[in-house]
Amino acid sequence: MSTLSTVDESALPAARTNDDFGGKSGGRAFCDQAARVVMWVAFVVALIPLVWILGATLLKGGHMLLDIDWWTKSQSGITARREGGGAVHAIQGTLIQALVTALISVPIGVLTAVYLVEYGRGRLAKAVSFMVDILTGIPSIVAALFIYAMWVTTFGLQRLPIAVCLALTMLMIPTVVRSTEEMLKLVPNELREASYALGVPKWKTILRIVIPTSFSGIITGILLGLARVMGETAPLIILGPYTAVIATNLFDGLMPTLPTMIYQNYTENLQPAIDRTWGAALTLILIIFVLNIAGRLIGRFSKVKN
Amino acid sequence: MKIQRLGAMASLALVGSIALTACGSDNTGETTSSGDTTANSSAASDCFEGTLNAEGSSAQKNAFEEVASGFKAKCSGATVNYNPSGSGAGIKQFIGGQVDFAGSDSALKTVEKDGKIEAKEAETACGSPAWNIPMVTGPIAVAYNVKGVDKLTLTPAVAADIFQGKITTWNDPKIAAINSGVTLPATAIKVFFRSDESGTTENFTKYLKAAAEANWPGEPAKTWDGKGEGKAKSAGVAEGVKSTDGGITYVEWSYAKDNNLGVAAIDNGAGAVELNSESVGKAVATAEQTGTGNDLALKLDYATKEPGAYPINLVTYEIVCSKGKDADKQKNIKAFLKYFASEEAQKTIEEIGYAPLPAEVQTKVATAIDAIS
Amino acid sequence: MSSITGHSAIDELPSGDGRPPLDADKAGTGRLGDRIFGGLATGSGIFVIVLVSLVGVFLVIQAVPSLLNNNANFLTSREWVPSGADPRFGIVDLLWATVITSILAMAIAVPLGVSVALFITQYAPAWLSKPAATLVDLLAAVPSIVYGFWGLSVAGQYFDSVAKAIDAVLGWIPVFEFNGSPIAKSTLAFAGVILAIMILPIVTAISREVFAQVPTAHKEAALALGATKWEMIRTAVLPFGKPGVISAAMLGLGRALGETLAVTMLLSALNASAAFSLSIFGGGETFASRIANDAGEFDSAQKTGAYIAAGLVLFILTFIVNAAARVVIERRKAFSE
Repeated sequence: MSTLSTVDESALPAARTNDDFGGKSGGRAFCDQAARVVMWVAFVVALIPLVWILGATLLKGGHMLLDIDWWTKSQSGITARREGGGAVHAIQGTLIQALVTALISVPIGVLTAVYLVEYGRGRLAKAVSFMVDILTGIPSIVAALFIYAMWVTTFGLQRLPIAVCLALTMLMIPTVVRSTEEMLKLVPNELREASYALGVPKWKTILRIVIPTSFSGIITGILLGLARVMGETAPLIILGPYTAVIATNLFDGLMPTLPTMIYQNYTENLQPAIDRTWGAALTLILIIFVLNIAGRLIGRFSKVKN
Repeated sequence: MKIQRLGAMASLALVGSIALTACGSDNTGETTSSGDTTANSSAASDCFEGTLNAEGSSAQKNAFEEVASGFKAKCSGATVNYNPSGSGAGIKQFIGGQVDFAGSDSALKTVEKDGKIEAKEAETACGSPAWNIPMVTGPIAVAYNVKGVDKLTLTPAVAADIFQGKITTWNDPKIAAINSGVTLPATAIKVFFRSDESGTTENFTKYLKAAAEANWPGEPAKTWDGKGEGKAKSAGVAEGVKSTDGGITYVEWSYAKDNNLGVAAIDNGAGAVELNSESVGKAVATAEQTGTGNDLALKLDYATKEPGAYPINLVTYEIVCSKGKDADKQKNIKAFLKYFASEEAQKTIEEIGYAPLPAEVQTKVATAIDAIS
Repeated sequence: MSSITGHSAIDELPSGDGRPPLDADKAGTGRLGDRIFGGLATGSGIFVIVLVSLVGVFLVIQAVPSLLNNNANFLTSREWVPSGADPRFGIVDLLWATVITSILAMAIAVPLGVSVALFITQYAPAWLSKPAATLVDLLAAVPSIVYGFWGLSVAGQYFDSVAKAIDAVLGWIPVFEFNGSPIAKSTLAFAGVILAIMILPIVTAISREVFAQVPTAHKEAALALGATKWEMIRTAVLPFGKPGVISAAMLGLGRALGETLAVTMLLSALNASAAFSLSIFGGGETFASRIANDAGEFDSAQKTGAYIAAGLVLFILTFIVNAAARVVIERRKAFSE
């Protein structure tokens, strides 16, 4: 997003050749080279866990995903020590919860961003902005405890899939606010001015001009926000226990998800369950990667406007 | 505008993928078509259409799932879910009316705890007394992993000393004295315990307290007050022992079997007793019933000196309303529990590390289930 | 990147008084549509404030009765017996484990993340710069639970020799003493390493953004004066990026404090009578892991309240850290104007 780019090495011939001026002692040149090596090493070190995790997951879970059953069946009637069954119940639960979470948090998040950029003034705007930061930093387990304290302890309601969505909403709102805010600020003021000059009211200007102009950027933010909440496990452990069957009702019973499927199978110590753990982990990583990459691709297109 | 369309397509794709997953199915269809429906017609009267939800003890989870799976093979329209969130949670959800019945490692408490009496609360919630029905016997194994040792005998006193951190190496003379003929290495003993609250911990400490009171100062409780390092859930302690030479823990037999851990024979004073379904059945059969009538809460004699009886057992119960508010639901629960207590179901759980109910207890359980209404 | 870090790039850019001057208030007043839409937007903003306040209020309300029943000092006790007739619970051990794992994570992730950010912005060849940034960002896409599972069943076994090596060299300092109990992969140190990997993308992404904003003129000036590239970085890039790096570290710290699943799966809990140990190779439980571990056992109000009180402390901790990060950012805005 930044308008300032890194220094283009080729554009700085002076920097390249100033060795010729003889200004550098051996020690300084050594430091320079050492720093270069350190940076490269740091990058390689940072990649080790990524490659290792992806490699291990692919190696141990890959074969699960090749079976068509994985994508078409649930674990209904299949116990930990038996092979077979699929993950469709968990995939579906994860997607449903993500969709509902998005449906709740996107309007709130986008409107909050609109407020911050288009309406917000003075103390209230500062307070909102500050609270969004705090919300960003709330650990998922605290969000889950809050929903538990409110939903179960105070209102006496059951642990339902919708309660999970509420906890995830708390985690998703700030990412939506921040990315939307960023995008709205990129919309040139000339566009707004032109619209006002034509006598279009402010709300229509925002809905018809400002938001559409930054639409793809907002979608990017939503997809990346979704990617974050899909991998959250802590709220699910407190609010959304696992079940092995397909469940689509957000207001009754349990709804399985990929993170709880991983957690459940991890506690088994049996080979079929361990295979499923890796398979579910790989599936979850794939879904999150696809969302991430889709978000980034869309985001790249939006740069055209800049 | 092209950009807009792209964004719209992305959102469409997301919605589409969700819609697509709805094409997936549970495996119900297949189990029915492959199962022999005519052969099951006799049991058909006990089948029902619908879902039961149970929650509770993780100790009986594997058994429960195995049986639920078998039940589903018989009655394709019946789904029984089990959420192994722990006995306490199960009882709480049961009292709160959130699940149809609870699985628990211990019978409902009849004494006050935290200002509440579980049995009273359950009775209020049901509108009738709640019954504890023993269903699954889970022996607790003292599981170890010591290189070169594949046979080990422990007395309650020595076990207590090990779990108290008083015996710290495997070749301690106290261990050697009761294991003649076994070569014990000088490896350090590493004790693993359950860091989450657990009925397994409670029962194991009850055993140590009952059989070796002098060596176990603490009171039996769901939280561990011995030594060692804590791991979450049975899977955690089993994994800990598996990956540590010199490790020892107390864990459900099935986890010890699944992880190929060594299981110690226990010598309560009448000779070393191996852990197997016979020795467990013998111990459960001698247990005293503390509940009245069809409330089959049992009291195991941990200090039993009965020859050939394996003393460290966990009897897990299904906690049900004797007379429920929803008659249909009660009928469904009854049907499922009847299957659970059947010889067929008890045999399948034996294969996965649980012990079947001994004949005497099985008869009483059948009577109690028949009385549910 | 902001969506990974939840941290706005806008905050990094000095933007006058922060608000675009254009409010077209005259275009907006009076009309019904404007009042509705403006009201909705303002309402959403207020909702966010209310939501965060509610978190605090609910946690306090639920925690207070348990805290009043607590027979031990909540802030100084090491015990954790939250239920029963004599509830005694305190947070010392939880706080220690939480802080030490987070500090370890910072000690690894901040230098590494800054180096990676420098690599991406200053050293990487042009073709590598973008893919490199994306790769590091992908680390943030791996769910916490997968880190835990991977650490436990794949990577953990190799940490034993690392722990032994550190013990051999530095073991005479109590902090680095490793005696094999708990096993190496269940120590605070290894949890710290896993946390470091998890917050690395956050630290890298924010540092990268600020380093990319260093004015070209500053860098060219340094180079023109005969500085080597490393000297240019030291004199121009790092000073400019320092507040950004600090806030990156703070946000990473906030994330590390609250990480749950990976830590829960890895750490070995101490037994109730274990002596307090300073060693990073000790066991323990963090706030988050203790809560998650016992989530199935919230069976009385007293007990639930104790865990909620622990959650409240965690909330306050992260609140302070995030607020501090924000102050650093604000300060920087003021300076750069």
